[in-house]
Amino acid sequence: MTDQATPTPVGAPRRAGRHGAAEPSHLSPERLERARRLIALYPEPRSALIPLCHLAQEQDGWLTPEAMVDVAALVGVTPTEVLGTASFYDMLHTEPVGSHVVAVCTNIACLLGGAAELLEHAEASLGVNVGGTTADGVVTLEEAECLADCDRTPCVQVNHRFVGAQTPESFDALVADLRSGARAEEIPSHGTLIRVARANGLEADPDRVVAERAAMAEAQARRAAEAEAAKAASDRGAGGPPS
Amino acid sequence: MITDPPKIVTSRLEHADSHTLERYLATGGYDGLRRALTMTPEAVAEEVDAASLLGRGGAGFPAGRKWAMLRKNPVTYLVVNGDESEPATFKDHLLVERDPHQLLEGVVIAAYALQVSQVFIFVRGEFALGLERVQAALNDAYSHGAVGADIFGSGFSVDVVVHPGAGAYICGEETALLESLEGKRGFPRIKPPFFPAAIGLYGEPTVVNNVETMSNLPWIVIHGGAAFAALGEGRSTGTRLFALAGHVNNPGVFELEMVKTTFNDLINAPVLGGGIPHGRGLKAFIPGGVSAPWFGPDQIDLPLGQDEVAAAGSMLGSGSIVVMDDHTCAVRAAWRITKFFARESCGQCTPCREGSGWLEKIMERIETGQGREEDLDLLLDACDNIAPGLTWPPQQTTICVLGPSIPSSIGSAIEMFRDEFLVHIKEGGCPYE
Repeated sequence: MTDQATPTPVGAPRRAGRHGAAEPSHLSPERLERARRLIALYPEPRSALIPLCHLAQEQDGWLTPEAMVDVAALVGVTPTEVLGTASFYDMLHTEPVGSHVVAVCTNIACLLGGAAELLEHAEASLGVNVGGTTADGVVTLEEAECLADCDRTPCVQVNHRFVGAQTPESFDALVADLRSGARAEEIPSHGTLIRVARANGLEADPDRVVAERAAMAEAQARRAAEAEAAKAASDRGAGGPPS
Repeated sequence: MITDPPKIVTSRLEHADSHTLERYLATGGYDGLRRALTMTPEAVAEEVDAASLLGRGGAGFPAGRKWAMLRKNPVTYLVVNGDESEPATFKDHLLVERDPHQLLEGVVIAAYALQVSQVFIFVRGEFALGLERVQAALNDAYSHGAVGADIFGSGFSVDVVVHPGAGAYICGEETALLESLEGKRGFPRIKPPFFPAAIGLYGEPTVVNNVETMSNLPWIVIHGGAAFAALGEGRSTGTRLFALAGHVNNPGVFELEMVKTTFNDLINAPVLGGGIPHGRGLKAFIPGGVSAPWFGPDQIDLPLGQDEVAAAGSMLGSGSIVVMDDHTCAVRAAWRITKFFARESCGQCTPCREGSGWLEKIMERIETGQGREEDLDLLLDACDNIAPGLTWPPQQTTICVLGPSIPSSIGSAIEMFRDEFLVHIKEGGCPYE
């Protein structure tokens, strides 16, 4: 640790090197660039851990061990900490999944709308149980908890895009569309979550980020002092603290 | 009674392009922010106080008071909770997808009132379209000068970051949300003593507010807190989004004046829920998300007000109402709700982690015909271990309220439909199949 005295640049992993992390090598150069921009949005690099896991899933379709090593190096934690965090979350898949994760909600509102019957049909028609992936790798079937689209039941999402209420017949048509690629534009393959990039804001210039954060800290200190002064003044005005 | 209040948060939804900046500006968008910026931050906070806007997330804590807790400490972060995942709640989904600029305007108004320069909007990961809409709106708002440096030339600056969740119900709990935002597992933090107002994101004073709460602010600033407080009754002021689901002809999200409208109106009025399909009767309804104790037909004339529902032994919670017709199996419904809690328990506290799993297994065997005579007592005993006394509001043995929510829903189902549970056990199966 020779660089302790040097201030850490914004966006760089705070604890880089502590675990002997190598330079990220699995994520593509374009995604590495996006990863660094995401990290720069947060006061602490680790806050970008989940967004970076989404980014890794966008590249590989699932969260691979190699990607977790990269994410760890980028945010300054160990790969085990990335796995330990990612394994908590339903959307982060640490095992391979199909190109389309089809989630059928069976929670209360959907249950009342026939979701259990739809899920049964889906299992039979796809030939897989919940959690399984079809042999052609196109569909992984999931039983989801409430997806917040409860006026269109039973509710189904494909790769986290709502496809509206489904009947057994429409479900089969949906799967046929996924296999033929007919809805590829509307439903990107699994892992792609947010297709709108942040266009402006703090990612512009690291020096400006440092300056703005310093100004923010200064303004807060000033407001604190003002608040103290105002409080002191009002205490005096009220004739001292109440007995 | 169905009143005709102003549309405070749903005024733009009739337009197909309600999510665009063009439509937003054409319908008075960002006027509230411009007005707020001419006021002092304290004056803006006072309007919100005067509105006595109750938080729309589920706990119903007054937003103004939450903010006041922070005026002692200069606030460092504003975090917006868009992790809507209480089963059968789908109002924030609507606001995020259909009117993201209204949310952003509310957020910047709140940031100004609190004098915060960094905001994080935590949006549920499963809302892929919503995340894209909010990010696109944010890009447009930056270009328009409504977010970023020197907003509308006022000298006030704030940066807003859209943060995607990754699928965990518990992250709707505000301290779990903060943990998740710090890049960790969504484990709720122990509180008291330290609420986010004192020690929040990165250990700094933080306000966490719900999407719908924020979306009310532009209207409140333009029309004044008093105009908002004039709607509704008692502590439940203004309008509120009610998400109606289950066995009704016309499920959906309705913006209604608080207290004035009853559950009966909401479920049966032709302009609202439109009644129960197939001419069936009402068996039970859940008044405020699945964490709330169930109500029966006797309570249908209760008004949609926070205190009124609380006094009757349940909660208005997240404002979502699930209707079950008289062909519904109460055991199956209660089992599914228990399965949800068992699946979403974060695992920190033993009563919730173990209790939810045991409850689910017992409920499953009752529904599938393997129930035993002692199972009802066993269920209630396990419930009692999670929330002693099975009181309402529940006693807490756990860090957060997820655990104690389980006995509330199961306990009320058993209390209301004890005979039905017994029939399952005695006949060795579900009589509805």
